[in-house]
Amino acid sequence: MIPEIGHFALVLALSLALCQGVLPLVGAHRNNAALMAVARPAANGQFVFVLIAFASLAASFLQSDFSVLYVANNSQLALPAIYKFSAVWGAHEGSLLLWALILCGWTAAVARFSRDLPEAFSSRVIAVLGLLSCGFLLFMLLTSNPFERIFPAPADGVDLNPLLQDPGLAYHPPVLYTGYVGFAVAFAFAVAAMLSGNLDRAWARWTRPWTIWAWCFLSVGIALGSWWSYYELGWGGWWFWDPVENASFMPWLVGTALIHSLAVTEKRGLFKSWTLLLAIAAFSLSLLGTFLVRSGVLVSVHAFATDPARGLFILMFLGVVIGGALTLYTLRAHTLDSDAGFKPLSRELFLLLNNVLLVVAAALILMGTLAPLAVEATGGGKISVGPSWYEFAFAIPMLPLLFLIGIGMHTAWRHQPQRGLWRQVKWPAAIALVAGVAVPVLVYGGSGLLVIVGSIAAFWIISASLVYPIRSWRRAPGTPGITRAAAGMAIAHFGVGLFVLGVTVVSAFGVEDDLRLAPGEPVEVAGYRFEMQGLANVEGPNYRAVEAEVEIRKGGEYVATVRPQERTYLVQQNPMTEAGIDAGWNRDLFVALGQPLGDGTWSVRLQYKPLIRFIWFGAVIMAIGGAVAASDRRYRLYAEARQGQAAAAEEPA
Amino acid sequence: MKPRQQRLLAVGLAAAGLLIATALTLKAFQKNMMFYIEIADVVAGNVPDDRNFRVGGLVLEGSVEKTPGTLETRFTLTDLANELPVSYTGVLPDLFREGQGIIAHGRLDAQGRFVADTVLAKHDENYMPPEVAESLKQHAAAKSAARDAAAVQE
Repeated sequence: MIPEIGHFALVLALSLALCQGVLPLVGAHRNNAALMAVARPAANGQFVFVLIAFASLAASFLQSDFSVLYVANNSQLALPAIYKFSAVWGAHEGSLLLWALILCGWTAAVARFSRDLPEAFSSRVIAVLGLLSCGFLLFMLLTSNPFERIFPAPADGVDLNPLLQDPGLAYHPPVLYTGYVGFAVAFAFAVAAMLSGNLDRAWARWTRPWTIWAWCFLSVGIALGSWWSYYELGWGGWWFWDPVENASFMPWLVGTALIHSLAVTEKRGLFKSWTLLLAIAAFSLSLLGTFLVRSGVLVSVHAFATDPARGLFILMFLGVVIGGALTLYTLRAHTLDSDAGFKPLSRELFLLLNNVLLVVAAALILMGTLAPLAVEATGGGKISVGPSWYEFAFAIPMLPLLFLIGIGMHTAWRHQPQRGLWRQVKWPAAIALVAGVAVPVLVYGGSGLLVIVGSIAAFWIISASLVYPIRSWRRAPGTPGITRAAAGMAIAHFGVGLFVLGVTVVSAFGVEDDLRLAPGEPVEVAGYRFEMQGLANVEGPNYRAVEAEVEIRKGGEYVATVRPQERTYLVQQNPMTEAGIDAGWNRDLFVALGQPLGDGTWSVRLQYKPLIRFIWFGAVIMAIGGAVAASDRRYRLYAEARQGQAAAAEEPA
Repeated sequence: MKPRQQRLLAVGLAAAGLLIATALTLKAFQKNMMFYIEIADVVAGNVPDDRNFRVGGLVLEGSVEKTPGTLETRFTLTDLANELPVSYTGVLPDLFREGQGIIAHGRLDAQGRFVADTVLAKHDENYMPPEVAESLKQHAAAKSAARDAAAVQE
């Protein structure tokens, strides 16, 4: 019964999505208030029905209703309750349902918080979101119904993929999808602006907070995914340039370009058509990512459920969305040009460079991701592109960008006199040169061109982003302090600096070693002594494990004891490595068991990862900066002002 | 700057950036791309000798042996028709086992042994790397065709 309710709710949601996608568009075109008024109730109703569908699937999982094929394939009686719940989005059908739910959630939020926008405009935005939702709901109902039944029902399910039995699955996909799907809002704003043919600075001001919030979620989502693969996959790497990682990273790069370009459009009314193009590109890349992950055209550790029919549907959907948006763009973009200009040395120039470099980086990653497909299609054989290429290619646009960040932050709009600029950045530059050389050489005892360059870049961004906050803190009493927008910018760039420092240090000074670890025969890695203390058998709820106790000492002093496990999941009989990690703010020590070599000896992978936490911590700080900027008062003030105006207009003269 | 100049500047910068990036990356691309080579071709010696390549196949039942006192593992990779001896030193992936489809990165040594620096086994028991699946299908088809031909001759 419950699965049928869910299925029915999905069908109802699709009908509402159709109404929401078509009627308000017609209404906005004909200036018909009644049709436009459909938008908000339809959006809320659709959200409720998709939520019912989602709750039905969750209930089927929690009750272990194995007559539902999707539940039988991804759950099991002995699975802990938290994983039964997160298994809802553990595979293809359910993750699409989560995607649809989040899209409806964003739409409902837009419906709620867009009341101060012109009616025709907000109707168009909600309608475009409704059309996107139609595509996803149709996709689910036609090719990937999560409520499909199986008769007779199996007595027990085949369990959730052991890799996914981790709290990481509970938070990584929802946060990542919230970011991914959030770019749909920026996309809808762009399409609505092109439909109405009216793109002014107010448009950028409405779009900005939505885009920044989506970007924040995407940043945290990617960081969580990186952290999860670090401790769960057992390899100890934090980024693999896997096609699926690239699929989330390309929208992030373009989205980062978009939030910077929106700043220019809002403040100066420039870059309008470019901003539109970026908004289209960011969401298109999110869709492309879904296509790459779900169609199985690219081999990847994430592509667990693949089906050509699904790929074809997404490809067609992708064609309609991108083709439609770009057609509209060619028809309308030229009417949006502005006449204002800027001086060569100005913030506009640096934001332009930021955009060019970020887009080049995204294009390079796209090229690396699609190259194997292109080469095979043209008969060039089967190739793969290794991480070393991505690292090299990515560094080309990124290194100049890192150095430009510090200057760009301190440049004025329109025109920046050269002497003032130098006064702003001379202290950060000095700190960067000293700390950037001192830290690698004195703390880690090593140097090399890339390390020094990376570390100088990191300290340059960190110190440059502290200039505004320090000045605001030391300001004369009574003078205005730093705005939220400027504080957000400083925080986010500070996060970039920490991230760069983490990446530089861990790449240069991290140690990985595969060794034999025998009882009573300690081994030494990066100055730490690892000794096997003993092995024990451990019983989990749905797995058996061998657990090793490894003591870590440094210079004779006790540091930590870690307990890595080699698990065997009972239903699928899959082995799984559970790494033992001693985490610290400045370094991780990582022990993963390999294979037993007899007599209590194991092959192990031992790692020393200095500053690896800075990578994820830096990404979270970037997101916090985004959140601070997006909550700037002027976005609310504007809304209040408009409401005030409307109230004044209603009063009889 | 006037809008026209602005656009020119933007386009010029983008073009210059793209050109430099493309030139550098294409060069690096050629150096870094790794070909997938069928076991039959590897055995015949048709391999690039200046760089790593990928091979894939099934780990032959009964072929896995550890070299005592080290982390070296030796095994035989098969596409059901040809066999390739492989050696790998280090920790193998969790799902590495006999009969499993795997992919290895590395190069041939002078004795015709494939020295792998990476071994990948996908995290799903029934998973078969697509390249391996394709080449197995071809060989299985060839075998059954040969059997049919033999049956017809009899």
